[in-house]
Amino acid sequence: MSIEEIQNEIIDEFSMFEDWEERYQYMIDLGKDLPLIDDQYKTDNNIIKGCQSKVWVHAELKDDKIEFTADSDAIITKGIIAILIRVFSNQSPKDIIDANMDFIDEIGLKEHLSPTRANGLVSMIKQLKMYAIAYQTQLK
Amino acid sequence: MFNINEIRKDFPILSRTVNGKPLVYFDNAATSQTPQQVIDVIVDYYSNYNANIHRGVHSLSQEATDKYEQARHTIQKHFNAKHAHEIIFTSGTTHGINLVANGFSSILKAGDDILVSALEHHSNIVPWQMLCERTGANLKVIPMNQEGELVIPEFDALLSKNTKLVFVNHVSNALGTINPIEYIIKQAHLVGAAVLIDGAQSTPHIKPDVQALDVDFYVASAHKMCGPTGQGMLYGKESWLKKLPPYQGGGEMIAEVTFEKTTYAELPHKFEAGTPNICGGIAFGAAIDYMNTIGFDTIASYENELLVYATKQLQNIEGLTIYGTSKQKTSVISFNLDGIHPYDVGTILDKLGIAVRTGHHCAQPIMDFYSIPGTVRASFAFYNTKEEIDALITGIKKAKMMLS
Ligand SMILES: Cc1ncc(COP(=O)(O)O)c(C=O)c1O
Repeated sequence: MSIEEIQNEIIDEFSMFEDWEERYQYMIDLGKDLPLIDDQYKTDNNIIKGCQSKVWVHAELKDDKIEFTADSDAIITKGIIAILIRVFSNQSPKDIIDANMDFIDEIGLKEHLSPTRANGLVSMIKQLKMYAIAYQTQLK
Repeated sequence: MFNINEIRKDFPILSRTVNGKPLVYFDNAATSQTPQQVIDVIVDYYSNYNANIHRGVHSLSQEATDKYEQARHTIQKHFNAKHAHEIIFTSGTTHGINLVANGFSSILKAGDDILVSALEHHSNIVPWQMLCERTGANLKVIPMNQEGELVIPEFDALLSKNTKLVFVNHVSNALGTINPIEYIIKQAHLVGAAVLIDGAQSTPHIKPDVQALDVDFYVASAHKMCGPTGQGMLYGKESWLKKLPPYQGGGEMIAEVTFEKTTYAELPHKFEAGTPNICGGIAFGAAIDYMNTIGFDTIASYENELLVYATKQLQNIEGLTIYGTSKQKTSVISFNLDGIHPYDVGTILDKLGIAVRTGHHCAQPIMDFYSIPGTVRASFAFYNTKEEIDALITGIKKAKMMLS
């Protein structure tokens, strides 16, 4: 599936929720299901700065696509990363770099998009895209 | 008579909603809310007599200067300082601490000791570390115990003739512990050390008497006392303030300037370079007046009622740990739910319109002591109610259900 298709799928899922509580409960559950990052990658190098909670991200290139794994010590943050990883993982670096992120707004998480918000959604997106840029130069 | 409903009417912000819910504001230890009486003073300043002070011959300037100096007297009276010129207007607690730390650069020598408490805010740690780097003095730490209190025998043991300075907060911002500063000041003076008390968290609840305390420096921030942000005060004993060199150079702080030599102005202007936050100073005075109209004894006893009520209910929530269990506390409760990150709890509470602080509260050493990433901190002011605490308890239970 393309990034856009996955995003539309997520928008569909979120459209079933009536209120913030259902949305958050879903994110919390996504966070619980997030495949954990291998412990060897939970290093200070892989910590994304700008989050009040700790967030670790690891990226690997497989068949010219990037596979992301991640973890956080806060569950809502983890849910947010789970959504990002679902969108970005197993996509080509170019598609990740070009991805439009407006879907965040559409699933009612706009409040997390403020660059000054301590959960660091903006830093997370930036970091994932940085990996994509790094791998893209490597592919060329 | 203390009428909470009347008091709440003074604070326009308390009637707003957040995320569709009535605001429950429990982040008072970070910044307090502003009553209409203080807002009016701010509006009045900019509407009627905004002008630069201490230099104009015109009437507006004179009016602004009078009001600004009147505010200094209000603060002097409130803290019972001997002289008005012992009150230096600052931009806040952090500024006051840096001013003193900078001044001591020229006084301290390598091998001198300065003592700081384990309960400090980063504001009261970093400037002293910088001072130690500049002077070669040693920073020694008065340890804390499990209840979040300072271990006084360890303090006694650290004191020596090498001790030149002691820095302790009157009340810990992360835990709410009220420290025994009377004792600390007395003992420090016995070895000839100067004492700076960080009053950022005490001044919203307690009216300190700097002469009775015999403290050398006492600092506070207006924004935690119903006043504006970017405004604070430093009290310093006249003898110390005369001894310390100026912090910043500029207009206002000089007596005479030639390119060969500048002589500094008298106190307090020596430490007040440049155009200050004139409106902020005046509004700070108004905030102190407002709080005194209610009365600090009334404030403290009502807030203690809130603290006891909330503590009891929180203790009934299974898996909830309170950090900071000293008997001497202001209305601050730091806690965590087992296995749940404070950030998650804060996020859910925010969705319910409840404002709390989460994180390390600029007191990382305390969090390290308890081996936790941070806490959720609910801090109450005299305009909060038991009904709001009930809403918090319901919110925490909901957060617990959603998150575990
Ligand atoms: C104990 C303590 N010291 C210092 C500060 C810093 O105050 P300000 O940011 O107003 O300078 C705070 C504020 O949170 C505090 O709680």
